[in-house]
Amino acid sequence: MEQKWVVFQLEENAYGIDVQSVRSIERVIPITRIPNAASYVKGVINLRGVVTPVIDLRTRLGFDSIEETEETRIIIATLEHGDAGFIVDRANEVVEATDVRIEPLTDQKQEETTYLTAIAKGEEQLFSLLEPNRLFEEIIHA
Amino acid sequence: MDLNEYLGLFLDESIEHLQAINSSLLIFEQRLDDEAVIDQIFRSAHTLKGMSGTMGYDAIADLTHEMESALDLVRSKTQPATPDLIDVLFVAAEQLETMVEDISQGGTGKLDVATTVVRLKQFIQKDGETDKVAANPVVSVIKNFECDVYSESVVRQSMASGYQAYVITVELSADVILKAARVYMVFDRLQNLGDVILSNPTSDELEQEQFETSFDVLFVTMKSEQEIQEGIKAVSEVAQVLIQPFEVPVEPVAAAATLLEPTDNPLNKKPVETVDASGEAQTPIAAKTIRVNLERIDRLMNLFEEFIIDRGRLERIAAEVGSSDLTETVERIKRGTNELQSLVLTLRMMPIEQVFNRFPRMVRSVSKDVGKNIKLHITGAETELDRTVIDEIGDPLVHLIRNAVDHGIESKTDRILAGKAVEGNLSLRAYHSGNRVFIEIEDDGAGINHERVTKIALEKGLLTEEEAALLTPEEAAMLLFAPGFSTAETVTDLSGRGVGLDVVKSKIESLGGEVFVETKRGEGTIFRISLPLTLSIISAMLVKLGQETYAIPLTAIIETTSLKQEAILQAHREKVFDFRGQLVPLISLNQVYGLPQVEADAYSVVVVRSGEKLAGLIVSELIGQQEIVMKPLGSYLEGIRAISGATILGDGQVALIIDSNALLRK
Repeated sequence: MEQKWVVFQLEENAYGIDVQSVRSIERVIPITRIPNAASYVKGVINLRGVVTPVIDLRTRLGFDSIEETEETRIIIATLEHGDAGFIVDRANEVVEATDVRIEPLTDQKQEETTYLTAIAKGEEQLFSLLEPNRLFEEIIHA
Repeated sequence: MDLNEYLGLFLDESIEHLQAINSSLLIFEQRLDDEAVIDQIFRSAHTLKGMSGTMGYDAIADLTHEMESALDLVRSKTQPATPDLIDVLFVAAEQLETMVEDISQGGTGKLDVATTVVRLKQFIQKDGETDKVAANPVVSVIKNFECDVYSESVVRQSMASGYQAYVITVELSADVILKAARVYMVFDRLQNLGDVILSNPTSDELEQEQFETSFDVLFVTMKSEQEIQEGIKAVSEVAQVLIQPFEVPVEPVAAAATLLEPTDNPLNKKPVETVDASGEAQTPIAAKTIRVNLERIDRLMNLFEEFIIDRGRLERIAAEVGSSDLTETVERIKRGTNELQSLVLTLRMMPIEQVFNRFPRMVRSVSKDVGKNIKLHITGAETELDRTVIDEIGDPLVHLIRNAVDHGIESKTDRILAGKAVEGNLSLRAYHSGNRVFIEIEDDGAGINHERVTKIALEKGLLTEEEAALLTPEEAAMLLFAPGFSTAETVTDLSGRGVGLDVVKSKIESLGGEVFVETKRGEGTIFRISLPLTLSIISAMLVKLGQETYAIPLTAIIETTSLKQEAILQAHREKVFDFRGQLVPLISLNQVYGLPQVEADAYSVVVVRSGEKLAGLIVSELIGQQEIVMKPLGSYLEGIRAISGATILGDGQVALIIDSNALLRK
């Protein structure tokens, strides 16, 4: 099957995650803070009766955190240890593999991060591919 | 035929029958002449034989066949039961259990049972030697018909209205040809004379000629014995008819009392004696049940949980709207759901009996192995627990009980030297208290030598000298549960095999439970396990910390109180207050959960308890009591300090549940 990515924005940077692992995209709903958790853990939400953890992707990827806006979204992904959400500035579109060319990361990037897997480059766009499981890896033992 | 479909049923029923065999064997051992018990074992063995034969588990079928034959000799008084026979039967029951266990694990259920079969056969072949006993007419033995509660009440009523009840044993001639036809004719005659209540074998079995030459019927009539005798004798090929008045069984309570009569026990020197101190009747009476797939019940639970959340929401809306009709309806829904809730919760509840059942035999064999005399007392076997807990609690209990037999209770010599009775006592208790279930394992052994425990822990590097110096005896005893701890001086087959009590502790904690030790040198030790009654719906006190809402399980709360600033005392950099004459530490939840601390003239305090420890938790505001549905935080947030889970409130927001046990533990 054709690979597709959900592409979203943090500041001016675009990222994409495999559409297969995205369960839903939610508007911002009230989040309950989790005390004594890692700094980027935003808290938990009530996602249709299931208590689901949410992280602030800005903090996780080293951006400054901002107040939420009309466009802020929570992307809910289905991961190895259950569903979890991450907050993004804006969710743009779904991009198909035919529209882009996949290029490997630079060696330096590869060393710096575990969650980036490749760069996707199209005529009008450029985005980094994220492996969402890696984003949540550390909070388990935080 | 696809047998897989029946496997679950086979396993369930086999386990039930094995339990029946086990508990009956223990009674049998005490009272070799108890026919009802022999019958129970015989019937269970018989059913197992049938089922396993159908399913193709030959080893089980062979073994049960021999058990059945041996028991039949005892049952028919051809041969008296011997202690040796009982030993073989215990071995056989154990092997059956192993095989059934193997099948449930996907195995073939094969086991070498040849030795046991041979031992049983030896017993059966003794038959010839005791022919003189057999020569007495079988029918001369007074038989009391074992019957169910229903038939019993029918008999009682008939007797009240002037009928007589008899047990009639009809013996057909040895060369009878038309067995079924003769049975039919006998029954036909009997129906004209009175009413047949029951027959042994059952009428179905009789019709299919599944009997030797004699059968018993329980019969009520106004006619005389003479008339019955003549009536039946008229049927050809009837060799003998024996009529005995039927004695209505004594009421269960009285029966249980006689069971406890020690003079009744011909073999007082047996290593283990089980006393059902609860006074419940020992022969279990089956309640009417249906089997329901656990998954369905879980789905029902989930739906119900959703419903409870929406009910909370509805209550809030009703309060806002303020319409009396709406409030009233919501109130009715609330009452209805409360009842529904207790009902739904009981669906998952099962008596702990089925876990406890295996212990009498285990204690018997383990104490035999280590050469100790131990009496096991079981109370509260009827205490109900969530099915999940029942499934999981067996192993930890086995471990603790073996531990008590092995290390807790002293050797015979040590007991004599200590001036104690040679026979050690082990009590296994279960009871409800509040929203929790407690299971206690108490021995009257030497108690835990906490200095020795501390010394070993030091040697193993589990703690530092400084830490060790500060330990109370109870805390030292809890070191037994530390990973990598094992005090067994000699490594026996039973415990001390490297799998330590730490596994027991973590298993219990994974069930939301806790384990405590109480010990007195020279007097004994109590291991106390506390478990949640149900896993998901709990009563809680909702509190506010700043703007955030948290829930504290009601079971942990002793009371809520208000504390003036001047009532707060300072003791060694710790805030304490006087609670009923006891100095209790104050914990600022704001501080624990990373919120700014607020100074005030007075504080709302929730006094909580964990084991023996108390603490006051400072909260910003008490909201009120509510039923909440416990939800897990999920693996990503597991292990967050002092948070045991989350719940969804009426307004859809998530509130965290405070783990006061963790707060008090430190």
